[in-house]
This record gives sequence, C-alpha cells and structure tokens, in this order.
Amino acid sequence: MYGRSWFRNVSLILGFSFLYIPIVSLIVYSFNKSKLVTVWGGFSTMWYGELLKNEQILSAAWLSLRVAAISATLAVALGTLAGMVLARFGPFKGRMMFSGLTTAPLVMPEVITGLSLLLLFVTMEQLIGWPAGRGMTTIIISHVTFTMAFVTVIVQSRLAQMDESLEEAALDLGARPWKVFFLITLPIIFPALLSGWLLAFTLSLDDLVIASFVAGPGSSTLPMVIFSKVRLGVSPDINALATILVGVVAVGVLIAGIVMTRQQKLRDRDAQMALAANQQMIESMKKG
Amino acid sequence: MTSWLRRLLPHGRTLVTSVPYVWLLVFFLIPFVIVLKISFSSAAIAMPPYEPLLHWASENVMQVKLNFGNYLFLVQDNLYWKSYLNSIFVAGVSTLLCLLIGYPLAYAMARSSPANRNILLLLAILPFFTSFLLRVYAWIGLLKNNGLVNNALMALGVIDQPIQMLQTDFAVYVGMVYSYLPFMILPLYANLEKMDLTLLEAAADLGCKPWQGFLKITLPLSTPGVVAGCLLVFIPAVGEFVIPSLLGDPGMLMIGKVLWTEFFNNRDWPVASAVAIALLLFLVLPIMYLDRAQNAGDDEERK
Repeated sequence: MYGRSWFRNVSLILGFSFLYIPIVSLIVYSFNKSKLVTVWGGFSTMWYGELLKNEQILSAAWLSLRVAAISATLAVALGTLAGMVLARFGPFKGRMMFSGLTTAPLVMPEVITGLSLLLLFVTMEQLIGWPAGRGMTTIIISHVTFTMAFVTVIVQSRLAQMDESLEEAALDLGARPWKVFFLITLPIIFPALLSGWLLAFTLSLDDLVIASFVAGPGSSTLPMVIFSKVRLGVSPDINALATILVGVVAVGVLIAGIVMTRQQKLRDRDAQMALAANQQMIESMKKG
Repeated sequence: MTSWLRRLLPHGRTLVTSVPYVWLLVFFLIPFVIVLKISFSSAAIAMPPYEPLLHWASENVMQVKLNFGNYLFLVQDNLYWKSYLNSIFVAGVSTLLCLLIGYPLAYAMARSSPANRNILLLLAILPFFTSFLLRVYAWIGLLKNNGLVNNALMALGVIDQPIQMLQTDFAVYVGMVYSYLPFMILPLYANLEKMDLTLLEAAADLGCKPWQGFLKITLPLSTPGVVAGCLLVFIPAVGEFVIPSLLGDPGMLMIGKVLWTEFFNNRDWPVASAVAIALLLFLVLPIMYLDRAQNAGDDEERK
C-alpha cells in the first residue's frame, strides 16, 4: 500500500523458501535410488517398499495413530470446556490459577512435563496401584494434558470473537444453558474444534520427549523409533516415511482450510444480508 | 428430578469448570509437587530408583529425611551452571533471530490483500502441522558436509571445500529458528492484522515518511505481539532437547540434554528432578508474564 511491494514480496519469498526448502528436499530424496541420501542415484520408489516391510516402524506407527486419535478427542472435549470457562464464565474463585494452568503446558519445556508425569505415574502406582505399568494409557493421559492447552487457546479466542448476543437471545427465549451450548455455540465454534483436533492430533503424533519418559518398555511410538534411527545417521526410508506424513497432513490441512474458508464466506454473506435488511428497515422507519 | 437430588449434584457451571480443572490439577500441578519431593531424595538402586523421604524410625517415630545434596551438587558442579547459562544464551539468540526473520514475514502477510492473507496464513501454519522431528531431521541432510547447502555453495564456486556446519552451534540456531518460527509469526500476524491503518494514513497526511510511520506507530502498537511471540519461543527453547542432540555438537551443554542424560543414562532420578526444579524456578516468571499478557489481550478484545 506504500508502493513498497518489493519489500513485501522479498520477505514473503525468502521467508517461505526457508520454511519449505527442507520439506521439499525430504520429499525429493525419498525417491532417490542411492542409499547415500545426498547423492542422486536416479528415481526409485524402493524406499517406500522397504518401509512397508519394516515391522518395527509399522507397529510403532499404528500405536502412534491410535494414541493421537484418542488423545486428540479427549483434548478437544476438555479443551472446549476450559475455553468456555475462560471466555464465558467471568471471574470466579481460583480463576487466576485455572488460567495459569491452561497456559503453562503450552510453553513448558517437554523434558520437565515428561519427567513430572512419569514421577506422578510411578507414585500413583505405588499408592493406588493404577496405572499398572506404563504404556498406551500413560502416553494418552500425558498427551491429553499438553495438547488440551492448545485446544483451549483456539476455542477461547474463537469464543471471544463470537457474538454473545446469539447465546443471550436463546437464553431469553427460554433455552436451558446446555441446549444453548449444543444448538447455538457448538455449531458456530465447530471449525475451531476441528482445527483444535487436527493440531492436537499432529502434536501427539509428533511428540518424542514426553512419550520417551512415560512409555514403558515395549511401547515405542513412531517418533521414538525415528529418533533412535536418525541418531545413527540419515536413512532414506525415513525420508519416505516423512513424505507420507507430509502428504497426509497437507491434504488434511488443505481440506480443513477449504471447508473453513467456505463457511467463512457463507457467514460473511449472511452477516451482510442481515445488515442490509437492517438498513432497509431503518430507512423505511425514517420515511414512515 | 427431585429437589434433594438436584441440591446434591453440583451446579452446571461448577461441573463444567471442575472437569478440566481437576484434570489439570492432577496431571499438571501435582506432578510438580512430586518432582519437588523427589528432588530432596537420594538415589538408590531399586525400582523406583530413589529412597522414600518418610520412614518409620521406630514404632511411633516418623523421620523425614531431606537430602539437599542434589541442589548442592547443582551449585558446585560447573557442568550445570554452564548448561543453564548456555541454554539461556542459545534460547535468547534464537528468539532474537526468530523476531528478525518473523517480523518482516508477519508484516508482509498482514499487509497483503485479504484474499491472499488466508492462503499465506495457511502456508505459514502448514509446516507447523508436519512432524517437528522430521523437519529437524531434514536439516541434517541439508547441512551435512556432502549435503545440499555445501554442494550448492561449492557448485557456485563460493567455497572450495565443504564447511563443517552440522554439529556446530550454527546448525542448532538454524534448527531452533526453523522449528519455532511459527510461534513467532502467529501472534505477530494476529496483532499486525488488527492494526488500524488509518493511523498510518493520518501520519502520512501530516508529513510522516513511511519508515517514520513504521517506527513511531506500527512498531510500538505491535509490542504485545512481539512480547507474546518472544515468550512463546524463548520458554520452550530453554529446555529444548531434540534440536541440540540431532544438530549440535555432542559436547554442547544444554540443560534439556543434561536432564535427559541424568534420567536415562545415569538413572539418577533425584538429580534429574533437582535440575527440573531449578529450570522451572527460572521459567516461572516468564510463564506468569505470558499468562498476564494473554489475559490483558483478551480483556482488550472484549472492550
């Protein structure tokens, strides 16, 4: 807007190249025939075949997917409640602490969260005998705890933008609070829940540090297997795995993005129509 | 429902509040109390590998044994001091670099046409949705001695032989900036996008040059975004483990790595707990500040 679009374009091009070159290089080298990851030996899909034969990676991936799906769902349920509390309930006793508890997991270094959850599980097992041993359950609980913070932030900011008068109108017309929540609030903030679920799912699928602390022997998640392989050096089948993950995520996020943009357009149109109708009414009242 | 039953059940509001509240208390706050407790214990060869704090000395005397040795150890051993200071330094430099790269990018995104804005935002978030571990891994392939960056520089004739980039501090900074950049861009973008552009027009009408307008209006107004972005990058970066262990020098001292080694390699849970408590004490202030900054933003939005 100041005729300095060259600055804008240069920033955008440099910034996005920095963000995307590493990902593109991962994808390109996953189709490399040579075992040396950085020397091009011709096009091949052999590493994908190799990947499908790797039992360890496949079982770890299956565990990670189940953990991610369950913990994302629980995190959305808890995070939505927490977001509602923060955005709608106003001041209450203990609100400061509640708000602190929902913010802290966002930034808490993973080594601290992981260590403290493990010590909790060990102590709980000593005291009440549950959870017996560590595995999928303990990983799920830990992932819910740190991903629900992200869902809370998303839901809270969506609720802050939302027009509260819709809920008030429903309450005035005699709907019970629960009914208002399920019929009015939930459909309006649904896109936020969807993106919260996707974010929680990917964060869980991705977590190495917390899972390493709270997973018992015999339950290795995908990042744990990847990390132990990557420590020994680059290997092309990891590139193939990365490409599959990037592809799945890209498709998922694009679909979510398209759905959200379309809904936004519909909402904008509705709002404009409502405004126009309102304007007409005011005009006619002025004339009358 | 009969009235006595209704009185017995918690009120709807209380129920909605207490479910996430109790979850966070049990799985987030209480664990820190346990870490604190174990940091005063001493290591033992047992499962779990630490001694209980309380034990019955005789039939009716309970003894509490607090071992301050772990904290003394942290103070006396140079390794820990150096790791703390180095982690803070590395996290600080990474935060600064994120700000220097993220600000122009967020600014450019916020000043694009509304139609492009959503696409650019999606593009900026997309890498954040792909695996963090694999994005760090990608840099190994790029920064290796026979990696893409060295090959490109040699092909261009800038250098004759490969520069050692992997396992240096440089690689750690690249990895840090790359992984944490979205945390910087998002709050900055949210802030810059909301800004009232008529302020800049007014300034221009009064004879302000664009760069003056930026320094005197845009930059001061974007302070909340800058603060939030910096805290979101700095706090987790202090305890980062994955990036220094994959990209950095094996001898690089970072507190997240020290904690990991104490726990997994030395199996010294009490010392690991003491390291965690000391790190937490240092991070409590920035975390509280972040919480306050976020709440202030919400209140402003409501007005």
